[in-house]
Amino acid sequence: MTPATMNYAQAACLALQEAMRTDPNVVALGEDLGRGGIFGQYRGLPQEFGPSRIIDTPISEATIMGAAVGMALAGLRPVVEMRVVDFALCAIDELVNQAAKNRFMFGGQGRVPLVARMPIGLWSASAAQHSQSLEAWFAHIPGLAVVCPSTPADNYALLKASLASGDPVVYMEHKELWGIEGDVVAGTEVPLGKARIARRGKDLTIVTWSRSVHDCEAAAETLAKEKISVELIDLRTIWPWDRETVLESCSNTGQLLVVHEAVQVAGFGAEIAASVAEELGIRVKRLGAPRIPAGYAQPLEDESRIGAAKIVAAAKKFLA
Amino acid sequence: MPAPNPRLIPLYRTMARIRAFENAAEIASQGGVQAWGLAASSTPALVRGPLHLSTGQEAVATGVCANLFREDLLTSTHRGHGHTLAKGADLNRMMCELFGRSTGYNRGKGGSMHIADFSVGMLGANGVVAAGIPIAVGAAHALKVKKSPHIVACFFGDGAVNRGPFLEGLNWAGVYKLPVLFICEDNRISATTPTGPMTAGDGPSARAKSMGIRCAKVDGNDVVAVDRAAGELIDSVRHGNGPAFLHAVTYRFKGHVSVDPGAYRDPKEVEQALAYDPLRLARNELLEAGEPPASMDAIDAAARIEVEVALAIAKSSPWPEPASAYEDIMDSGKGRWR
Repeated sequence: MTPATMNYAQAACLALQEAMRTDPNVVALGEDLGRGGIFGQYRGLPQEFGPSRIIDTPISEATIMGAAVGMALAGLRPVVEMRVVDFALCAIDELVNQAAKNRFMFGGQGRVPLVARMPIGLWSASAAQHSQSLEAWFAHIPGLAVVCPSTPADNYALLKASLASGDPVVYMEHKELWGIEGDVVAGTEVPLGKARIARRGKDLTIVTWSRSVHDCEAAAETLAKEKISVELIDLRTIWPWDRETVLESCSNTGQLLVVHEAVQVAGFGAEIAASVAEELGIRVKRLGAPRIPAGYAQPLEDESRIGAAKIVAAAKKFLA
Repeated sequence: MPAPNPRLIPLYRTMARIRAFENAAEIASQGGVQAWGLAASSTPALVRGPLHLSTGQEAVATGVCANLFREDLLTSTHRGHGHTLAKGADLNRMMCELFGRSTGYNRGKGGSMHIADFSVGMLGANGVVAAGIPIAVGAAHALKVKKSPHIVACFFGDGAVNRGPFLEGLNWAGVYKLPVLFICEDNRISATTPTGPMTAGDGPSARAKSMGIRCAKVDGNDVVAVDRAAGELIDSVRHGNGPAFLHAVTYRFKGHVSVDPGAYRDPKEVEQALAYDPLRLARNELLEAGEPPASMDAIDAAARIEVEVALAIAKSSPWPEPASAYEDIMDSGKGRWR
């Protein structure tokens, strides 16, 4: 297959379109899907598959998620659209107590293959209730996979892998990545739990995911000019996370910096840093947002942003 | 003498089996830890953890499920033994699950609060009030998408009508005209709190009617009345007329859980309720129709024997292997627990 250039939203749309063409049991449900979704990530699908498979729902997050559990038990493979992760908090019981626990609690009688899309991240002055990155919450819950794609190619391949996994998957796109373009090769497969080494280096391993991958790439460029060679790992899947790739890189570089846009306190970076320190006994460092709600005004929001400059500064201080 | 209702003997039998099962489970749940003002006992309970009994409410599960096919689906509450038995689950495997044994329906992973038999369409009891409603609605949505002729029966209590998923779920079912029968099993109490004073307006039926859902209110202790009302509503649901709502008023004989003596209730109210036992009502109706008492006695005795056998099987069944705690969780990252 020849690569096609498309944006992050179009890549997800292509993945879903392919899955829906292959499997008549795949459906999508959520608010505003009948018009292609608020970010255009379902554009064209309502026309192709009709309202019985691209299901336009009331503003009822708990029932969107809970209904998806019932749909899955009755043989469908639902894709749930939560619009933003902040709204998914209205559906926590349905995701955490119902979807995640069903298979275990009922002794393996049923499975809940559903993909819950809940975009994360800071996004054009959207303030405290539309800006959170809560991947660590869901990584804490046995039964859930957590996926955070950073590129169009991964948004295509990981959405397909999530749909195929048969597990309940928390699928976290980033709201500031919808428009980024990249090459996508239809049919490419990326398994859940496999990280991508975005850049080879020898002095410092940086582990990150989602939008921060792009900030870290810019930071690595700057650091390279100062003769600091960064090995950059895009984790891609938060649970199960690719321990082997991270440990191998860290044993080569001997130093780890974990970067994420989520609040640093009890963020998933803590899990990675602790695991690497336990395993290798090397120096570890975390960089995440301060424990403040995202503010509306630019100077306030900037306090929560982890841009390339902060990453460069953190890396230099760590290595000094 | 009125003509005997040919459905009443099997209805009575189902109720008797539920009553016998729960009576035995209740006894097996005594002992062990201190709870609800009862002292701890050195004899450990055979049925551990919260055991929510539906004693006194048997006519609701029985009357509704008598109108369901095996392929119809059902969601339940935390008080779900009756729904499970009435839907056709195996009593032995249910008792094994309550005992936490590997031979139970959930391989010892769920217990009473999560009792389920997916093979008869019983999609599970649930530890969260009203949580079965969105699941039932989704299952009904799937049946509609798949053009299945089957329906979903969604049981919940009177407490559930004050939770958000009740409003969301009923609205959803109405919007998409889904094949689901909602059954509000109104035992008039939410854990230890009377539901009436906690519920604004005219209650469950009024809320359903406000969403244009066809409704019937019935004496939930009269199994014949439940059977008839459920039959009519289910017929309508099966014919593609969208959801329906059955409000069945009943009474919980026991406390919130089996070790709760329920001392917070007015003894007069309890006494009156016990006199209005659904099994006694059904027995009287059968007697009036000319059925000899020996018929019902035989049914009761058979149910007790069936339960004795189940207890013996459960007691002698193996515990789950500790390694099975790591099974049936998820495939992604299987084998990674830390």
